[in-house]
Amino acid sequence: MTTLLDITIHDKSYGARRVLHNLQLQLRQGEIVSLIGASGCGKSSLLSIVAGLDADFRGSLRLDGKPLTGVHGDIGLIFQEPRLFPWLTVAQNIAFGLGQKGQHDPKVAQLLDEVGLHGLADSLPKQLSGGQAQRAAIARGLFGQPRILLLDEPFSAVDAFTRMKLQYLLADVAARHGLTVLLVTHDIDEALYLSDRIVMLDTRAGPPRAHYDVTAPRPRSRPPATQAALKDAILGELYAAHAI
Amino acid sequence: MARDTLAAPAIGDTGSRRRLRLPRAALGLLLPVLALLAAEIGVRAGLIPANLLPAPSEIAATIAGLAQQGLAGHVLASTVRVAIGFAGGALLAILLGAAVGLNRTAEALLDPTFQALRAIPSLAWVPLLLLWLGIDEAPKLVLIGIGAFFPVYMGVASGIRDVDRKLIDAARMYRLSRPALARRVLLPAALPAIFTGLRNGLSLAWMFMVAAELIAASQGLGYLLSDGRETSRADIVLAAIVLLALLGKASDSLMQRLENRLLAWRDSYAPA
Repeated sequence: MTTLLDITIHDKSYGARRVLHNLQLQLRQGEIVSLIGASGCGKSSLLSIVAGLDADFRGSLRLDGKPLTGVHGDIGLIFQEPRLFPWLTVAQNIAFGLGQKGQHDPKVAQLLDEVGLHGLADSLPKQLSGGQAQRAAIARGLFGQPRILLLDEPFSAVDAFTRMKLQYLLADVAARHGLTVLLVTHDIDEALYLSDRIVMLDTRAGPPRAHYDVTAPRPRSRPPATQAALKDAILGELYAAHAI
Repeated sequence: MARDTLAAPAIGDTGSRRRLRLPRAALGLLLPVLALLAAEIGVRAGLIPANLLPAPSEIAATIAGLAQQGLAGHVLASTVRVAIGFAGGALLAILLGAAVGLNRTAEALLDPTFQALRAIPSLAWVPLLLLWLGIDEAPKLVLIGIGAFFPVYMGVASGIRDVDRKLIDAARMYRLSRPALARRVLLPAALPAIFTGLRNGLSLAWMFMVAAELIAASQGLGYLLSDGRETSRADIVLAAIVLLALLGKASDSLMQRLENRLLAWRDSYAPA
């Protein structure tokens, strides 16, 4: 598989506090990579940089070998909270990229079906449950047909059952759209269920502390019984890194 | 999901809610009606001097009498003044507030001046406006405009400035131009604060209309007030006050309706 996204960060600091340092990460086409590590280890900063929302760093990003600056249509970002625009209906939120007329785009109805929100096109965000709102946010992220989807702890604010459903949904849409995914998570089971590769960032800014390949083929079943040993290894390393 | 389970009891609820709604609307009338009754009884029993606080029935008769002698003209004159002054002041405030909210340079340039002007008690403008603009319509309209301007300006500027950065980040993923970001995200997100400003501005516009008309006018509710005082007719003064209350409440209710319509998307607190 070819490298789709090449991330090199020499330095990212907030004032005197350095959060990322000499970090290299490559995403291959169609790969799902989870980023784990202690709170404050720079995972979210990394996503902001890759999404193009934060240009204040030293380093470089390459997409298909070409330098990447700022927000790019090939890269979508889904936040921890749905961040739907509360004054727009679900359909208008999903088609936000097309402007006012976008809500009648046939792609909207198709995405609504795909994320399980059939019939809620004209609902307002306030009428949705947390899980439904995050489904709408995923549909909105997919509407622009990005090749890479970045997710920043996307399921941490919903209940455990909804989280499992949303993880299943993400695995499903990633496979169907051939997405390359970079997922920040605190949930090791989530990382083991979804990803091909797990990258652990160190508590101190620096190169990744560990890489793990998750070899079980996707789609996977739950619980990942065959991966119990891998989970133990990851937990052990997190403990050693004083992350837990 | 969670919504489905919530939907069931909500349907059963509507019956009891309808039974509650009517008394709640009537609840707002309870205090005024009690006060009117108390005043009426007090005056008739001789507990309250009728020349200072005429009985409500007498005030009603005065209003009816005034209606024969051009009361509509007074009400219309005042209402038109408020409408024009408020429209002018609020429009200018929306434009300047948006400029200050959207642009750091405009903020640095304009905001300190407006904050200083805002600190001037607005009635202090009256002598100046009379000197500059005479005693015609112009000073009245300008004074009403000044009254409406500052609440609206504050609502727009701070409303835009307080938009949640998380929403703006979500919008930035769409590479919107600055005007599109303002139109599609910042203004809608600031709309609740803008409406608060508009409603405050409208109530100040009524206040300043009275101030303007008390000083120099030959028509309007403010004129009725000062006329009633000069002729020691407390019933006329009170009649004008009642009309001001009704007009102020009516115009605010209209604004509130518009607000509820445009801001139906708000997920706000609704006490039981």
